[in-house]
Amino acid sequence: MHGTDTTGSPYAPHTDEERAAMLEAIGVDAVDDLFDIPADVGFDEEFGIESRTERQTRRLVRSILGRNDDLTELLGRGHYGYYVPSLVDHLADRSEFLTSYTQYQPEASQGFLQALFEYQSLLVELTGLEIANCSMYDAATALGEAATLADRVRDTSGQRVLVPDLLLEGRRSTLANYVAGTDLAIEEYPTADGAVDLDALRAAVDDDVVMVYAENPTVRGTIEEELDAIGDLVDDNDALFVLGSDPIALSLLQRPADVGADVVVGDASVLGLPTSYGMGLGLFACREDYLRQVPGRLVGASEDATDRRAYTLTLQTREQHIRRERATSNICTNQAWVALRTAMHAAYLGPDGMVDLAKRGVTRAETLADRLDDFVGVTAPVHDRRHFREFVAHVDQPARAIADDLETRGFAVHVVGDHEIQVCVAGVPDDRIDAFVDAFTEVVR
Amino acid sequence: MTADDGRTIEHETDERADQVRYDQARYVEDGQYEPLLCEKDRTEVEIGDGDDSPLPDDLTRDSIELPELSEPELARHYTRLSQMIYGIDSGPYPLGSCTMKYNPKFTEDVAALPDAAVHPDRSAESIQGTLELCYRLQDYLGRIGGMDAVTLQPPAGAAGEFVGIRVAAAYHEHNGEGHRDEVIVPESAHGTNFATAALGGYDVVSLPSDDAGRVDLEALDAALSENTAALMLTNPNTLGLFERDITEIADMVHDVGGLLYYDGANLNALLGRARPGDMGFDVMHYNVHKTFATPHGGGGPGAGPVGVVEDLAPFLPAPRVRESRDGTDTGSEQTYELFDPEHTIGRVHGYQGNWLVLVKTFAYIARLGDEGLTDASAKAVLNANYLASRIEYDVPYEPFHHEFVASAGDQDAADVAKRMLDYGVHPPTTKWPEIVPEALMTEPTEVESKSTLDRLAAAFNAVAEEDDATIEAAPDRTTARRIDQTSAARNPRLSWQALADDE
Repeated sequence: MHGTDTTGSPYAPHTDEERAAMLEAIGVDAVDDLFDIPADVGFDEEFGIESRTERQTRRLVRSILGRNDDLTELLGRGHYGYYVPSLVDHLADRSEFLTSYTQYQPEASQGFLQALFEYQSLLVELTGLEIANCSMYDAATALGEAATLADRVRDTSGQRVLVPDLLLEGRRSTLANYVAGTDLAIEEYPTADGAVDLDALRAAVDDDVVMVYAENPTVRGTIEEELDAIGDLVDDNDALFVLGSDPIALSLLQRPADVGADVVVGDASVLGLPTSYGMGLGLFACREDYLRQVPGRLVGASEDATDRRAYTLTLQTREQHIRRERATSNICTNQAWVALRTAMHAAYLGPDGMVDLAKRGVTRAETLADRLDDFVGVTAPVHDRRHFREFVAHVDQPARAIADDLETRGFAVHVVGDHEIQVCVAGVPDDRIDAFVDAFTEVVR
Repeated sequence: MTADDGRTIEHETDERADQVRYDQARYVEDGQYEPLLCEKDRTEVEIGDGDDSPLPDDLTRDSIELPELSEPELARHYTRLSQMIYGIDSGPYPLGSCTMKYNPKFTEDVAALPDAAVHPDRSAESIQGTLELCYRLQDYLGRIGGMDAVTLQPPAGAAGEFVGIRVAAAYHEHNGEGHRDEVIVPESAHGTNFATAALGGYDVVSLPSDDAGRVDLEALDAALSENTAALMLTNPNTLGLFERDITEIADMVHDVGGLLYYDGANLNALLGRARPGDMGFDVMHYNVHKTFATPHGGGGPGAGPVGVVEDLAPFLPAPRVRESRDGTDTGSEQTYELFDPEHTIGRVHGYQGNWLVLVKTFAYIARLGDEGLTDASAKAVLNANYLASRIEYDVPYEPFHHEFVASAGDQDAADVAKRMLDYGVHPPTTKWPEIVPEALMTEPTEVESKSTLDRLAAAFNAVAEEDDATIEAAPDRTTARRIDQTSAARNPRLSWQALADDE
């Protein structure tokens, strides 16, 4: 029994008798004899980390995390607190899913391979593009991978990558690190009304542009209305059109393939994961032309020796463990289990559920914007466009003061300008929206 | 079948029974092991056309077609899929270099605490618990690795390598040494090292091993130059051998102005015995999903925190967590804040990496403490040596620590692996490192008992005695039989839509 007074790892077996028998079989006197570490680099001190029982550890973590305030989060900008059905937790937590490794032995991994194949199929349906990999880290790193893909597939002399000036700092900075080893240069193009300023983009695009990135919806929740024109513009200049989105938005908004997108990236964990302090799931889909240049893992259908359909990791000659420095990416461990959760959540919702959730993202944002707009000193939404899940409101008072006041009343909102707050309805129940409006009344009056 | 009273029980074989019959041996349904969700039931939903769409038609898609199943049907589908997966909870999983060890269950519960799920844009004041846990984990990892500063941001080991390479580049650039354009990587290193160095824009200089399987000091001397940005190394190396000349290696790298990078993949072998920081490494990543037991989840998420010595700390990704310095200490409790290191490389992830994995890591380290962590490495090394002593395959390189590389000799290592599946155990990593012909790279970890190791050895030894025809026909006791990899690559069918087009 490993109880309170553990003197070693509670997850490592061996009685004294067993250890003695093992040492004898090996032919040494003590475990220490098996360590071939020179004395000058040996460590014989302690880390100073106390050993605890499981119960004590749970209490410790609970008490640390218990310092977090219980706020209603009207926060979005890439991460959304949609309700995750219990089915997802219970089935994804089955230990075969949780405790397996990458599917290098497909005969013993059919279940996970099939689940990832279904995830890829979901993304193909949502994007209209032919290829989707079976997960990357998050939206920011997927964007970085899209840029290195552009560098490989675009046979132009140009090196310019264009991104909107509203791009989230986490994405912009991650992208900059990903392209640091290439000759690519990142430039911002201006936006207007929280979306692409088509004239400004047209002025910025020339033959030196390798890739243009746009988002739908944008970081400010604005629905992009010029995607067709952007697609044509990028295509005319032989650049790669990379579109950022997510599975819920893609259930309703224009299909990326229909507007000329070559690659779709984004965070797919809007389905299947709670907000998780920014943990994500990188969505990556692209046109079939780039099949041999796709980063990350791909699951393909094949047959087994009985001619039945079976699944396997495929085209691994693109990957780091085979291609080494010529690999399409360095990614190895990815987000497979999160992809499983996302696919489960999507399957739970079904097509009607997905579309309904997306539609409510439009109507509920519209309704809340109307309610805030009624206040004196508040204009919402700021951008005279259509919005998805979230919107920006102008406040006459300093935005920081309003946000701080709201926080003391139990609500978190974004501050995106001196007099601008951003509010998101995704995952917030109606009664909490009502309570927020009540609190807002107190704050702005 | 004969009943007790001697009557013969016959199965109904009418047409209806035939339609719903399950092949219990392989659970075959409709000629497949398990149909895809969208083959079971799917629906196409039209969008627009004057319905209740809140958007004009030109801003929406026309339609969407997705699986449509009830919750009970989904529960059965995913339960069935889980039954077709081998995990560490199914049995031993001695994948060399991958460190597949048992994952305690309570860590799942603490990661599922409601307070763990906060939005990443919350104010620091409102998530003191999250920041305190980050701070404490940074501290734990620093002590374990002998490092001065730690970032938790990288979402995987390879992402940690990338941080190390970017930090090295920023450091050299800052010191006016931006000309350094080479990263040295031993031939036996993990493939991610090569790919990461290339992603960082470096030329990769491959370093051969000496006859004993370690870094060849003469070759290292020849490879080092004023162009060296870093040497990427793991210790013990992928053969499980400790690089005994590590101090000399570190001096050689530092003498030319390069940095020494530690690949944390093999840290499980060293816990409490040696620390990368003490060996002269300047920067390292921790594969917390290997060393500290957070489930691999079929390929992730993991997390790859990076530790550095003091000189490199100003270049780490932003933001990091520290104790508050603005005097807002509330008296009874320390407060924490985010800050950007002075010369930060910026971000390598949109937010703070795979946070829920970090919660599990913290809980695991807090549970084991000094005694548990040190015991884990001791038993990992004991188990590897015991297993190696029991198997009949040749193990050419020793003395090894937590893993060893056996050679399948005249047999094909990939076939050996398939055949081991028939014995109900997961095979080792095969055909790598290439230093050993037909490599069987084996890492039992600390969590296997003597009896399980004996069972594993018996499986190795049974296969070692078998003829080629037998192992080439394997596996025949898994869900699926040997899968045709060639046709999967030649005719890629990567989605249900591609399958439907094909048929």
